[in-house]
Amino acid sequence: MLPRELKPEHFNGYPPEARKLITQHLAALQGLPLSFVPNLLREAMDYDFKFPAERKALEKEFANLQSLSAAEQGNDWFQAFAKITLSQHLEQTDWVNLPAQFVEQLSAHLWATHQLDAFRKAATDYSNRLHAAVPQDPPPVPRLGIAVIGQGVSNYNEPLFRQLRAHGAYFRRIRPEGGLKALLDVVAARARSHPIPYGHWYIDGGQQAEQFPALTCISYHALEPVRVALLRKMRTEIEKPGMGPEALRTLLAQMSPSELGFSQSEDRVLERFQMKILTEGSGTQVFATTFAQWTAREALHRAQPCTLLVRFAPRQRQKPMNELLAEKQDQVELDPLGSLMDADMGAYYNWINQQRLIGADQSSFLVWFENHSEALAIGPGMPRGTESTTSTDLGGLLSLIT
Amino acid sequence: MANLYKCPAAPNLTRRFASSRRDFLRSTAGVVVGSAMLGSGTLASGIASKKRKVVVVTFGGGARDQETFAPEGQGNIPHLMNELIPQSSFFTQVVNRGILGHYVATASLATGVYETINNFASLPPEHPTVFEYFRKDRRRPASDAWVVAPSNGFNRIGESSHRSYGAGLGARVILPKHLLTAALSSGHNDYQHLLRDNYETPFYAPELGGREVELQQLERILNLSVEDFKAHARTLSSPDELSVYVVRQLMRQEAPSLLWITMHDIDVAHAGAYSLYIDGIRRTDRLCADVWKIIQSEPEYAGKTTLFILPDFGRDSDDDSGGNGFQHHRTGDALSRTTWMMALGAGVRENLVFDRAMESTDLVPTIGAMLDFSPSLAQGKPISELA
Repeated sequence: MLPRELKPEHFNGYPPEARKLITQHLAALQGLPLSFVPNLLREAMDYDFKFPAERKALEKEFANLQSLSAAEQGNDWFQAFAKITLSQHLEQTDWVNLPAQFVEQLSAHLWATHQLDAFRKAATDYSNRLHAAVPQDPPPVPRLGIAVIGQGVSNYNEPLFRQLRAHGAYFRRIRPEGGLKALLDVVAARARSHPIPYGHWYIDGGQQAEQFPALTCISYHALEPVRVALLRKMRTEIEKPGMGPEALRTLLAQMSPSELGFSQSEDRVLERFQMKILTEGSGTQVFATTFAQWTAREALHRAQPCTLLVRFAPRQRQKPMNELLAEKQDQVELDPLGSLMDADMGAYYNWINQQRLIGADQSSFLVWFENHSEALAIGPGMPRGTESTTSTDLGGLLSLIT
Repeated sequence: MANLYKCPAAPNLTRRFASSRRDFLRSTAGVVVGSAMLGSGTLASGIASKKRKVVVVTFGGGARDQETFAPEGQGNIPHLMNELIPQSSFFTQVVNRGILGHYVATASLATGVYETINNFASLPPEHPTVFEYFRKDRRRPASDAWVVAPSNGFNRIGESSHRSYGAGLGARVILPKHLLTAALSSGHNDYQHLLRDNYETPFYAPELGGREVELQQLERILNLSVEDFKAHARTLSSPDELSVYVVRQLMRQEAPSLLWITMHDIDVAHAGAYSLYIDGIRRTDRLCADVWKIIQSEPEYAGKTTLFILPDFGRDSDDDSGGNGFQHHRTGDALSRTTWMMALGAGVRENLVFDRAMESTDLVPTIGAMLDFSPSLAQGKPISELA
């Protein structure tokens, strides 16, 4: 089937709000190339479970598509997508009801037919054009990102924050007492001052320090029952004949929160988000540092929060081969030093992902070596590539950049 | 949709990465730019092609400049920098224009054609492999071409499905982890993590049959008892270390003229733990030096072997919003496509760096020129500085 053949009843299997959004703009979709439409449907299909920022972006994108004339669609916006050659097999797949699977198969097709670069260029040009035509709203308050790294490490003599130093000021005489509480208090205060749904996040790679009703909170520890259930499911599936990595990935993508033992909370959006972190993220099921970094990436990318505090915690130690071959050892050991390296890079990625959002020139970022005297601050008024010997606490440091 | 993609591969970016490697090598290792030399970089080997041997090591599964040859990464590869590069011709700009999955990319390296087979399926390459060209043209026995590969997914890499080559003309393939599976007693569950085959999907390890065949390989070909093999495996820290141990035994017992080793430890990066990725690079750096030492110490190889070391491809850049930095190789950006290659040993001039662009498909025709066979269906061209 091709997009021009789309009818409202094709979307009967979609969740209600998604169905409404799509059928209202069906005429616009009918004029678009097949290499494009399933990518959009994959996002729109989950509209009912999207964060407010994502919903708004989708609504704007559909409205923009509707506003384009046929000539604009064909000649300017989608000409490059239309030049992508697809296989008959792709055309015949059920891309309306299974857009994610179509996109996976499209990806394989683009690689195999050497069209990946052309598709990337088409997608990049479209993205740039869309952002120019439909500018994003700036955040109501300049964004603040915080990363707390190195939990459980008593001594570390290698330089930290190497990737970030060129972008901010390095402080070596931070007074660490009460540091975590001070940071969380600032985050909670911002949430109270600017009460935006999913606007202020606290992600913990270990156990959450405190409960904060005003914040969106996710922790690796709290999701342990779900992670265990997921790993059990994965082990069961891979033992089945014919199961391969791609089939497993497809199966995980089709899972529902209830299958993983989520408790049917009132917040179905957050529940779905957490499920995707575990079923779509590579390594999030087994390594706490990967979980924290990937969750932060997805939160920034999708919810576009004003405030994000990520506290990394030690991940389990990767056992070398000789230990794996030794006698059975059930006890999980932690790797605080390796985790500090992971988190140092993870903090850098958090900053990069924050800077991809609108308002980047006003955003601030702080990374702190937990319970130690080292921190780095980035902000509009903070000199870059500098080092400070000023003695201050974390509250004082935050006041310099917010 | 709007935020899916960013920063397509651009030729100027590709050149920038190559330049950074070249500049670094010139300033640190004191190497000479090959194009500045009079004549070509080729050195008459003085070794008849009948006696010449070639060993290929893939520096897998993919590492970026910033963790290897860029100034900030050099500490991770002391053996390449200090021991091997001064003895090698180094090519700074090897571009892989094919599919960036480890099996299909290795198949492309081995055929000289950008293969399009499913990366995750147990399928042979569609075009003749370097092993088939070598064995058919030179009328060599199966024992003269071997592949040592880390994962079960590579069990078909030695022989293509091409009707003019294929059956009976390929390399023998040895899968050390599969050997270990066969050697370990049943019911031993603690090593499942080690036997994980594919870092892109946690815990996935496809089963292969043939335990008896594997044990025969151990005893007849490698001249190792099951107990000795198990005992030695218990002293090693990673699957790639096991591969190098098997390589040493293979070189002593069979002394193949064409030996291909694929490393895989670095691909633990897919789990998202940066420190484990760095550990993998450091270990692979050390193992490459170990392979070179073995070559120099084995009488069948010393003085008549050319060693190639190259990654199958790189990994995603931090700047591409479609990826997640070092973790994957999914974007197809310039950083993930642009790699390097070093050649050292017989017929190779030392301490030279070449920054002209070449493709990863050029490897097979280059080996063909060295070992005197004709890879007629390969897309690449012999590297003039080596062939």
